[in-house]
Amino acid sequence: MKAVSVEEAVAMIPSGASVMVGGFMAVGTPERLLDELVRQNKTGLSLICNDAATPGKGVGKLFDATLVSKLTATHIGLNPKAQQQMLGNQISVDLVPQGTFVERIRAGGCGLGGVLTPTGVGTLVAEGKRQIEVDGKPFLLETAIRAQFALIHAFLADYLGNLAYALTARNFNPIMAMAADTVIVVAEHIVPVGVIAPDHVVTPAPLVDYIIANG
Amino acid sequence: MDPQIIIARRVAKELRQGNLVNLGIGIPTLVANYVPSDLKVFFQSENGLIGTGPIPEQGMAHPLLTDAGGRPISALPGASIFDSAMSFGLIRGGHVDITVLGGLQVDAHGLLANWMIPGKMVPGMGGAMDLVSGAKRVIVAMQHAAKGKSKIVSKCTLPLTSARPVNLVVTDMAVIGFPDGKATLLETAPGISIGEVLAVTEAELAIPDTVPEMKI
Repeated sequence: MKAVSVEEAVAMIPSGASVMVGGFMAVGTPERLLDELVRQNKTGLSLICNDAATPGKGVGKLFDATLVSKLTATHIGLNPKAQQQMLGNQISVDLVPQGTFVERIRAGGCGLGGVLTPTGVGTLVAEGKRQIEVDGKPFLLETAIRAQFALIHAFLADYLGNLAYALTARNFNPIMAMAADTVIVVAEHIVPVGVIAPDHVVTPAPLVDYIIANG
Repeated sequence: MDPQIIIARRVAKELRQGNLVNLGIGIPTLVANYVPSDLKVFFQSENGLIGTGPIPEQGMAHPLLTDAGGRPISALPGASIFDSAMSFGLIRGGHVDITVLGGLQVDAHGLLANWMIPGKMVPGMGGAMDLVSGAKRVIVAMQHAAKGKSKIVSKCTLPLTSARPVNLVVTDMAVIGFPDGKATLLETAPGISIGEVLAVTEAELAIPDTVPEMKI
């Protein structure tokens, strides 16, 4: 793990990169990294995030600045700008059931090719997907998702990069921290090693590549 | 009584001691207001919490503690926090006893459409498909008709949420179940006759010998 400035971290992300962002309606989203993506005008991003948040908040800022060209999400109904960009074909959107979304990312982080889920069988979600029977029950084959970068929000990070989360800001963060080539973390508090007890570490340090240093 | 409150009060009667319950947005959210104080139920918020509590008092909200709509909530003593994989493992894995969801259409076989209107409303399904596929019991809480048009239809014209039928539909006019896969009128709302229900129901409804009035 290396501590870097937010400017250095975002400079590593090229335009057109695939980027996973933790958070649920912008709760548990590393806002400083998103602000810097906008400032450095990283365009054509392939964004993987549960939702599109709302304008001005979380990943909503990326839609405000029209930096997204492809979105994989479960719900974008609370961001009119993302909806407009989808309906105007400025972004291509893949809408995925939330349980499938998180399991596909988990699979990507755990070396699995995908998962079999009953969710979506017999619906529009099943179109173009392989249906596989197990013990007489139908499942959809949903393939793994990975990204070049995961942008993670943690509550505590220690000097080694061990992470702990707080309240409902945990959501997709520990799952995404497994599923990207480069993992960049914004923590609310950077603390000495040992402050997070081993039993309370959720994301082990070796998974974390960069922590944004305090300003 | 306000139609939404009739629905919420009737749905609350379905909850049992110790149930793990997930409430969708809209009318379903109101159900929590009508749970008897001596009934211990666990409410899940799918963004990672079991034990959701009421909106915190002014000035007490924590920015990292919200419901699935991003609104501030509190957590009750005994609450637990988990990531989204666990949250949807609970949902898809059959650990949620009851989910209460809104609906756009429910058909004569209990199939639900509640996540998109092609060309008009394409917000994404969020957790709805997993909830309908995985919860032990699925209850739809919705108005019986919208703009005079029945929401209980012969066949859904809107895209389905799941191939799995729901267990119960509670509207401001009726309670409808699906014994043997066929829509059946189980109760009528206070002051509503069977004839009035049938007049605004597109789907064919089976009528048992006795159809009691909803107790709310």
